[in-house]
Amino acid sequence: MLADALLLQLGYNATLVAIGATLLGVAAGMTGAFLYLRKRALVSDAISHSTLPGVGLAFIVMVALGGDGRALPGLLLGSALSAWAGLLCLGWLVRRTRLAEDAAIGAVLSVFFGVGIVLLTVIQTMSAGKQAGLENFLLGSTAGMLRTDAIVIAVGGLAILAAIFVLRRPMLEVAFDPEYAAARGVNVDRVDLAMMGLVMAVTVVGLKVVGLILIVALLIIPSVTARFWTERADRVILIGGLVGGLAGYAGAALSAAEPKVPTGPIIVLMAFVLFLLSLMLAPGRGVLAALIRHLRFQQRVHLRQGLLALAQAQPIYEVRTRRLLRRAGLARADGVATEAGRARAARALRDEKRWEIVRTDPAHEAAAEFYDGLTDIDTVLTSDQIAEIDARIGAPKGVPA
Amino acid sequence: MMGAEFVPLSLPPMLIGTFAAIACALPGNFLLLRRQALIGDAISHVVLPGIVAAFLLTGMVSTWPMMLGAMAAAVLAVLLIETIRRLGKIEPGAAMGVIFTSMFAGGVLLLEMTDTSAVHLDVQHALYGNLESLIWLDATGWSSLLDPDALRYLPAELPRMAITLVVVALFIAAIWRPLKISTFDEGFARTLGIPTGLIGMALVTVAAVAAVAAFDAVGSIIVIAMFICPPAAARMMTNRLERQIGWSVVFATISAVLGYVLAGYGPLWLGAQDAVSAAGMIATVSGLILGITALAGPCRTRSGAPEGA
Repeated sequence: MLADALLLQLGYNATLVAIGATLLGVAAGMTGAFLYLRKRALVSDAISHSTLPGVGLAFIVMVALGGDGRALPGLLLGSALSAWAGLLCLGWLVRRTRLAEDAAIGAVLSVFFGVGIVLLTVIQTMSAGKQAGLENFLLGSTAGMLRTDAIVIAVGGLAILAAIFVLRRPMLEVAFDPEYAAARGVNVDRVDLAMMGLVMAVTVVGLKVVGLILIVALLIIPSVTARFWTERADRVILIGGLVGGLAGYAGAALSAAEPKVPTGPIIVLMAFVLFLLSLMLAPGRGVLAALIRHLRFQQRVHLRQGLLALAQAQPIYEVRTRRLLRRAGLARADGVATEAGRARAARALRDEKRWEIVRTDPAHEAAAEFYDGLTDIDTVLTSDQIAEIDARIGAPKGVPA
Repeated sequence: MMGAEFVPLSLPPMLIGTFAAIACALPGNFLLLRRQALIGDAISHVVLPGIVAAFLLTGMVSTWPMMLGAMAAAVLAVLLIETIRRLGKIEPGAAMGVIFTSMFAGGVLLLEMTDTSAVHLDVQHALYGNLESLIWLDATGWSSLLDPDALRYLPAELPRMAITLVVVALFIAAIWRPLKISTFDEGFARTLGIPTGLIGMALVTVAAVAAVAAFDAVGSIIVIAMFICPPAAARMMTNRLERQIGWSVVFATISAVLGYVLAGYGPLWLGAQDAVSAAGMIATVSGLILGITALAGPCRTRSGAPEGA
């Protein structure tokens, strides 16, 4: 069953839903990446919550006009309008009052959500509203989704991707460095507005699949995940899209295979699993990589200190140092240096002495910055400079030339 | 509306709503000033998985295990946010977004996968609470307030919320000076020897206590709205912390009472039959208050100087 679902063997509708969810995930991941690079990830929380009153009002208006209140395009239009209103309120609170952006976000999301809940209870009391099922917009549900709904979602996802493709350059510039973008003549306010428009579009398209409470996760988690894998802004966006798409696809497939599993939460948890894997395993920024880096650093310190001790014929008590020296073939089990060990030890001690000269001589101030007790001096100074320092140190004492 | 049915049907929910609103608004003032306003949002989302986990562990819907579960989830969320922020070098807002949405999704999934149809536990309840159902059937009128027999059957949420409010207020009063100093100038507070990290953690914990207790009675919308809207509105009124807290209590009370009245009686005045969600209406009223103060409050602008001064 699960394999069938992942291979899109559960029928035409489930396949359509899975494709829609994948496109939505890609669009959300990429849009969220711009938002994340702009350091405004949580604005999406306000936008998504402020869709609810629009859904309710659209339902009421459509019923009042004698239509079917559940028509998806109408509901999506309503949600887009009220998300826009929420965004305007947010911008107004941040610009015109002393509230910081986070407080304004919280205020907008809670108040709009409250209004939306009031409208939902109004709808429940309407005769046409008994079976409205608008609660599904809170957490998303693809069970019993109409074919036209799935097509609306897939087309919406494609449209957002097209818009991202068209706007990618100015958005990337603004997200990466707004001041520089402004200096290059990009209209930052307008690009910001376009970015918010995309977030709104993702939210609206995602209402049916993921739900308005959790769509923010699909905007934030993929980009945070992508940031682990790269230091380049454009790749954050591509990887963000990939992660979002994977999560959307796997989540929709799982939920199709097991109808009891609600679609929105499972998509979010898929994204979270990818996030956890990246947090642990990503090269460079991942936890495991950091751990390995730290262990390597410790090894270098132990080896260096061990070599210096060998060179000065001091006993080594630290078990780990002795083990590392032995494993590198620099010392025997009883702690006595091997031939290679003596050579390396002498070199380490000579380097240390050279560093001492470098650090006391103002002429070498720039080079002295690199001293950390581990760096080989010939990676910092030229051989001429080293020869000059060696001349100052003089020949080894007590050793026949 | 002041008829005989007021005391049994309207007074308890109104009081519970008011206590919950004030208990959230008090720590909200500090969270707002410390730029941690969205912690309330995060806490109110992670309460759900905590409650579901507690239900799955104990197999029953009873108050204390669920409160403990919610509390544990809130603390876990704060720790996780801090952990991934440090481990992954992620900015705080995004770290928060990752954790609270994932935990909420986990809670919903757990809830849907297990059979909770026999008990009153669902996502809708968690979101809007059930303020309207907290009625006091044994009351017959105002005289019941002095009748010990009837008082014994007050909804359990009322004394619990009152105790929570007292605890929150006492806590803030107890650490008032260090809390105030470390909120406005953390560096200065540290030079005075104030453990700012501990104070910050204590504030978040007390906010979590308020959120969990209020959530149980009134649902998460009121919690988020009351953490932010009354303090934000109060911030437009004054530059002094003491007065800001006073205003926020006033605004929280107005939101709770007016919101409840509008939800319960408003539709009747408009000729409709049924009440609308009290939780949603309370959040709406608090938003209206914020809107009014943002338009006309004396200290609404960023410079903070009263107009004309």
